[in-house]
Amino acid sequence: MKNALDILGRYVLLMRKVFTKPDKSSIFWKQFFTDVEKLVLNSIPIVAVISVFIGAVIVIQTASNIESPFIPKMYVGYMARESLVLEFCSTMIALILAGKVGSNISSEIGSMRITEQIDAMEIMGINSANYLILPKISAATIFNPFLMLMSFMIGLLGGAMIIFITGIVTMSQYVDGLHYAFRSYYIFYSMTKMAVFSFIITSISSFYGYYASGGSLGVGSSSTKAIVASSVLILVANLVITHIMLV
Amino acid sequence: MIRVVKLNKFFGEKQVLKDISIEYQPGKCSLVIGASGSGKTVLLKSLVGLLPIDSGEIWYDDVLFSSLGEKEIKNIRKEIGMLFQGSALFDFASVEENIRFPMDFFTEWSKEEKLERVNFCLKRVNLINVNKLFPNELSGGMQKRVGIARAIALNPKYLFCDEPNSGLDPHTSILIDQLIAEITEEYNITTIVNTHDMNSVMEIGDQVSFIHKGEKVWEGSRNDILTSNSAELNEFVFANNMAKKVKEMMQQAAR
Ligand SMILES: Nc1ncnc2c1ncn2[C@@H]1O[C@H](COP(=O)(O)OP(=O)(O)OP(=O)(O)O)[C@@H](O)[C@H]1O
Ligand SMILES: [Mg+2]
Repeated sequence: MKNALDILGRYVLLMRKVFTKPDKSSIFWKQFFTDVEKLVLNSIPIVAVISVFIGAVIVIQTASNIESPFIPKMYVGYMARESLVLEFCSTMIALILAGKVGSNISSEIGSMRITEQIDAMEIMGINSANYLILPKISAATIFNPFLMLMSFMIGLLGGAMIIFITGIVTMSQYVDGLHYAFRSYYIFYSMTKMAVFSFIITSISSFYGYYASGGSLGVGSSSTKAIVASSVLILVANLVITHIMLV
Repeated sequence: MIRVVKLNKFFGEKQVLKDISIEYQPGKCSLVIGASGSGKTVLLKSLVGLLPIDSGEIWYDDVLFSSLGEKEIKNIRKEIGMLFQGSALFDFASVEENIRFPMDFFTEWSKEEKLERVNFCLKRVNLINVNKLFPNELSGGMQKRVGIARAIALNPKYLFCDEPNSGLDPHTSILIDQLIAEITEEYNITTIVNTHDMNSVMEIGDQVSFIHKGEKVWEGSRNDILTSNSAELNEFVFANNMAKKVKEMMQQAAR
């Protein structure tokens, strides 16, 4: 418990160092766009591949579960849309990004810590936390929600693709389902979740990297801790946000 | 000038620095020597504020550094150059970008002006045509030299070097020592060098402080070091046989 409070305290202190005005805005923007590429654009392929498969699987599962003639076939499209937008494209994708992006950030910052590169920045009078971490948090928090949108589209396409291949339901039934009782608020809800999850992933893994110690073993273990902590926090945040926004 | 008064530093229960008081003069190479683990690196990092101290005072000229807030510390740090024990070059940046790094943050110079300064610093440490190489493409000695070039990029008033020649061959070591001594004198820098290399002591030790288990047990110039009667210092200085023999020969000659 004392340990947890200690970690929380250090996290808050670090965030106070991170959220200050950058020493030089031109340098911030340069880092920002580098990180948009590294953290967001480079995640597109894996997000796309996963989304296409999950969309297809949801369609098959739903279709094969509808046995009662009283349930209309368009329910397949409706189900696919709802599960993708509500959970899959935000929470699941965020958990995957926690592994990919989280370990990337914590090992990068962690190895800069143990090779004293961070100390070298501090000695120059540079706010290293602000320089290294703020661009990452802002890039992911601003742009990952669009990654969620993309995942949603691709997931629906995956569903359409499997219907085209197998003819498990007709395409017009699927499309009808997609339109059925559509609430754009869910998109907003899901993008909000993604923004919060991205903040969690980038800030937590930066935190563990920034305070890494004990050689390359320490970098490895801080990266593991970062992934575990951000995954758990994503699940908790998911619960909290859902309670606030949907109840 | 940097003045340390009664500095104490603990890690948990363990006291690593005990009541250290030293004065470092501008234009001089002040050496801190001592065995491995004696507290040299901790002292250096405490002096620049990378490690918090438990008691004592650190003065930079007439500013009490140890009581400053983050903002004021930042301003003093713009006048500090530091070479780390492991060079600590930014591995995401080329040699040129490493040296340009502090310039990008703290000057409004044009691209050309920065490049000119980069090349000047590189030439100063006897490196040419390495601008585009990355740290992992350099030898240890070259990394140290780039580290020095980066440390002097913005003409520091204070220069800290942690074991500038550990892991280097004797010839390169001497070149690096001489380089540090030259720029110290040329720009009137207050330079503090950590080392456990007796060659460096004899080469550039204008002022030498010997740290033993966290305490300063001896202070003097390189000329006095061989004739001191501090037992701990003698044990450190005459750790190798050659030095012992030289001392015996000197004593015989004196008789
Ligand atoms: N972060 C730390 N936490 C706990 N103890 C530390 C820490 N850093 C250093 N020490 C201890 O402080 C003492 C002095 O270490 P320091 O690194 O200053 O030695 P040194 O004189 O620089 O040695 P070397 O010549 O090998 O570099 C050592 O006993 C070391 O174990
Ligand atoms: Mg050391």
